[in-house]
Amino acid sequence: MSITIENLNKQFGTYKALDDINLEVNSGELLALLGPSGCGKTSLLRIIGGLDVADSGRLLFHGEDALQRNARERNVGFVFQHYALFRHMTVFENVAFGLRVKPKKQRHNEAEIKRRVHELLNLVQLDWLADRYPAQLSGGQRQRIALARALAVEPKILLLDEPFGALDAQVRKELRRWLRRLHDDLHITSIFVTHDQEEALEVADRVVVMNKGRIEQIGTPDEVYAKPATPFVYQFIGNVNLFHSRDHAPWTQQHGDAVAYVRPHDIDISHTPQDDTALPVEVKLVRAIGSIVRVEVAADESCELVEIELSRERFDATPLAIGDKVFIRPRQFRVFQAGEKNEFSAA
Amino acid sequence: MSHFKAHSVLPGFNLALGFTLLYLSLIVLIPLSALFFKTATLGWGGFWTVVMGERVLASLRVTFFTSFVAAIINAFFGLIVAWVLVRYRFPGKRIVDALVDLPFALPTAVAGITLAMLYAPNGWVGQYFAAHDIKVAYTPLGIVVALTFIGLPFVVRTVQPVLADVESEVEEAAASLGAGRWDVFRRVIFPAIYPALLTGFALAFARAIGEYGSVIFIAGNMPYISEIAPLLIVAKLEQYDYAGATAIAVAMLLISFALLLFINALQWWSSRRGTR
Repeated sequence: MSITIENLNKQFGTYKALDDINLEVNSGELLALLGPSGCGKTSLLRIIGGLDVADSGRLLFHGEDALQRNARERNVGFVFQHYALFRHMTVFENVAFGLRVKPKKQRHNEAEIKRRVHELLNLVQLDWLADRYPAQLSGGQRQRIALARALAVEPKILLLDEPFGALDAQVRKELRRWLRRLHDDLHITSIFVTHDQEEALEVADRVVVMNKGRIEQIGTPDEVYAKPATPFVYQFIGNVNLFHSRDHAPWTQQHGDAVAYVRPHDIDISHTPQDDTALPVEVKLVRAIGSIVRVEVAADESCELVEIELSRERFDATPLAIGDKVFIRPRQFRVFQAGEKNEFSAA
Repeated sequence: MSHFKAHSVLPGFNLALGFTLLYLSLIVLIPLSALFFKTATLGWGGFWTVVMGERVLASLRVTFFTSFVAAIINAFFGLIVAWVLVRYRFPGKRIVDALVDLPFALPTAVAGITLAMLYAPNGWVGQYFAAHDIKVAYTPLGIVVALTFIGLPFVVRTVQPVLADVESEVEEAAASLGAGRWDVFRRVIFPAIYPALLTGFALAFARAIGEYGSVIFIAGNMPYISEIAPLLIVAKLEQYDYAGATAIAVAMLLISFALLLFINALQWWSSRRGTR
């Protein structure tokens, strides 16, 4: 089911949580809402799920107005960061909950409920835990049960609020791959909220980057990483080096106050100047981290450190040591006018 | 005993257990056993005659019945008060929260006199009941009113923290799964707070059984109708019939103990289901 959001606004006191949001979610898509905490992503998700009310704007499910319907009637599955499982119920009863509270006429008989619950528990590979209570489960297991519970009512839309936020790194990685596979099997229109860029880039079909209640960019994971639309996206997704025009005029080329944004792996390092725009620097730190080598350099005149990432091969071709005088030059960069965005100052 | 100790990593088991037993003995067991010893001077026959006296039986009935009704009322309305205090934000919430404890702080006699005045047939509240031919003060109904007043904080204060512990997320999850308000309460909230509610009920009930000060002013104290057992005990004490007084006390104690034990068992059984 597709979701259309038009001119959505939400205000908490004087704080604008959502500022004129427009978004189209395609049917069967897995969309990530990515942004720092307080950027409005969770508010947006809760409004879509009917757990919060928007101040103004429109929300359409498959072309039909959804704001009129409350959470019960929206047929939306919601997965919470802290699982929100029913503590006093077994895993089986948790998953069966949505089936048991259906209106009498639509309710399945006990045998059918049993069959469906076990089917779902098999789907999340936890059928053997059916008789346990949530307190006896690990975090990863609880979240999978929460997902099974949400899927029990056969929702047309699945909303996940920081679903892996409370889990440790290893489980997190495993679960997000599992979620991606599950989505490929089920094809439910899904939106998940995260502040973890790696998670968003790895799992989602498309990523919506949000900041201060606004959408900064919508695009595929590749697009938001390779072609960030705003300085904020540049800084939020991946590492970036900033070169102010007053220090490195040749790169920014524009008149006035501008800043060049350069990814650490888009910088060339050489013992001889590549051309007349090359910047002479001194190597301050060399550190091999797994498959990459991180080099920090500083220009002579300022102490600002520039971070460079080299592959092992490239590093081996031009070995560097601390104190070496070398030249750097960006292979690829993007210039933003200073003051173009408020976020600029965050640099 | 040594194998209990082996299971625990917490230090000070011997000391803590010893202290607990000593303390309970001093505070609870010794006074209570004194009660039993005094009663024993009557012998079985004497005890039986006192306790099975018609007036005593009637007063026990009044005491336990009114206490039970008051505890039920408190369980119901106390739950609502706790709910409002936990789930909503409104101006003056702190004041309302503080008001709940007042019945604890107020001398019970003051409460009894005030309630008696209010609910008397010509009192502020009583006149409206009187207009419908309902007498509140000086009847068992009046006793229930007084006992409800003094028992309210127990339910509110036991349910409140547990209710606060039920995250609103859980309710939201239930709603998004299609549950209506009633289903959310019945299937999600009530099972979570049920043990606490039972505790609150038991405390209010126990407190009501022993209540004396507030009741005697509003009860009218008519033998067989609105005379509570504690009043009979005091009456016997005033006649220097100490053994007779303790006999009634022992009877009350045994009934209360049995009831509380039953409630505890119920609670243990219900809470075991959740944490197993």
